[in-house]
Amino acid sequence: MEQILANGLYLGAQYALIALGLTLIFSLMNVLNFAHGQMYVFGGFVTYTVVVQWGLPFIAGLFVSAFILAVIGALIERFLFRPVIRKSHREESTMLLAAGIAFFLDAVILLIFGEKQRGVPKIMDGVLNWDFRIIMPYDRILIGVLAIGMIVAFILFMQYSKAGRAMRALAQDRVAAQLMGVEVDRYSMIGFALGAMLAGLVGGLLVTITGINLGMGGPTSIKAFMMIMIGGAGVISGAIAGGFILGMMESIGLTVLAIYGDITYLVIFASLMIFLAIRPQGLMGKPWG
Amino acid sequence: MNIKKLFGVILFLLLVLVVVPWLIAKSGRWDFYYTLTSVSLLSIASAGVWLTFYIGRINIGQGAYALAGGYVAAVLVSKYGINFWLTIPLAGLFCAALSVLIGLPILRLRGVYFAMVTLVLTEVMRLAALALPVTNGAKGITSIPLPQELSVFGFTVIPDFSTLANTKLAFYLTSVVLMVICYFVLWRIVNSRLGHLCRSLQQNEELSASIGVNTAYLRVIAYSISSFFGGVAGSMFVAISQSIYPSSFQVTDSVNFMLNCFLGGLGYVFGPMLGTLVLYFGWDLLFTAGRYQLLIYSTLLIALILLLPNGILSMGIFNRKKTRS
Repeated sequence: MEQILANGLYLGAQYALIALGLTLIFSLMNVLNFAHGQMYVFGGFVTYTVVVQWGLPFIAGLFVSAFILAVIGALIERFLFRPVIRKSHREESTMLLAAGIAFFLDAVILLIFGEKQRGVPKIMDGVLNWDFRIIMPYDRILIGVLAIGMIVAFILFMQYSKAGRAMRALAQDRVAAQLMGVEVDRYSMIGFALGAMLAGLVGGLLVTITGINLGMGGPTSIKAFMMIMIGGAGVISGAIAGGFILGMMESIGLTVLAIYGDITYLVIFASLMIFLAIRPQGLMGKPWG
Repeated sequence: MNIKKLFGVILFLLLVLVVVPWLIAKSGRWDFYYTLTSVSLLSIASAGVWLTFYIGRINIGQGAYALAGGYVAAVLVSKYGINFWLTIPLAGLFCAALSVLIGLPILRLRGVYFAMVTLVLTEVMRLAALALPVTNGAKGITSIPLPQELSVFGFTVIPDFSTLANTKLAFYLTSVVLMVICYFVLWRIVNSRLGHLCRSLQQNEELSASIGVNTAYLRVIAYSISSFFGGVAGSMFVAISQSIYPSSFQVTDSVNFMLNCFLGGLGYVFGPMLGTLVLYFGWDLLFTAGRYQLLIYSTLLIALILLLPNGILSMGIFNRKKTRS
């Protein structure tokens, strides 16, 4: 049981980090970022290139991946989402754009990095073995701790920095924030860049453990969607809660339901449907987002 | 006006049923039959998605119903030996019933929430197809026989496909006819009382509920019709490919159905048809670009959205008097 909980915590920390980026973008711009999974894969590949091909330390790879993804995110917001939001009649058009970007990133990843599965060698050796109740490699623990540290840093940033306050104001009410002198365009761009950066960071973290390949983008996006549905879209605490809940459910499900075959996600989805029927806005979401 | 419309329909029928086969026979590009058949079937599924857009919901779950419909047809034909032509409506009805069951809870969601749930639904249907015993797991159901003869009172309506010399042409014609029927139904729905009520849902759900529209009922009806289309398209696909796997319809397909609607234009009944044609043909034509195919395709897609965020049919030449937001 302890093993299951530890696995769940470890998974949940990463999931929460993915969901945070998605929910940040959603709350600021009302855009459902389909390309989030692709951004995550991109970050993983950048880290791989820096660490394995250039031979730099892992932490440098993480920084480079965060930086590149932030730039990509800012460019996407500035040159793609902003004009489309301004021009279209229905705001759902942004979904089409997001899907187009997802395809585009897929193509770019394919051309630059190829379709092979890539991984970074372990950054730390050894396995923690606590009386055979919890067995966990040290690198996983390190990644989990790093992920939790980043979540804390992100929350602190959103709570106490000027940019964070501006973004929270924007998420609450765009017009009111603008009237109070928040530069809406600028902070939308920063927010999008930050969301993309988080995706890149998770990609960089996970490439050390699970490796990365081209096909991981779509499923990752789907998991992230599930998380923010559990927690409530556009709410930071909801994204974190959703991430940890999904991580736990996956960890428990994989152990308990293993005898019935591969049905963990079926069960998770069925319970999600029942949950949403009772509480459509998720755990902490505002009604109707 | 009516004569003009009738003329347009006849012209369209002539084009797809006579001119296109003639052109293909002339040029010898038999592979286009498969492309066009796919386009017409995919546009049926997209028509369903379009209908959910019409009640103001973003549906990214059509792949789930196409897959379910395909499996229903495959199981009925291969295990119970039922005539394929009967399984088309049966698959549609099965999907409609399933969508009522699924739709009742999730149609309470709106906007992005509904979109996300339906997207997850596609993935779940794939997992279900992998896990359920009747679907034969990842191996799928293969070597499904070609459609049998359909006769009414001894009069052959559709001949047995295995006796035909040119099954490609036969499948093409069937699919096109099916597409025309589906779009006619869709057009009738949109221009009926039901369609007007749906439009009120799209604009403001609370308001229409407050003046006595049964919104919950309407939503489920529209969603089940939409899924019916999905099931029909899926079952026809099974007949053509003679096989079905859990990966036959995936998340990408669901997203593509949605893109078709967006691209054609959400305010126009025939938007999804045009969108499917453009997207599918564009993808196929770019095949010559080799490894740059996806790059060019997605770049064009993004450019198209930037230039025409409200769909192809929103271009000036198509709507001189229609100005609906």
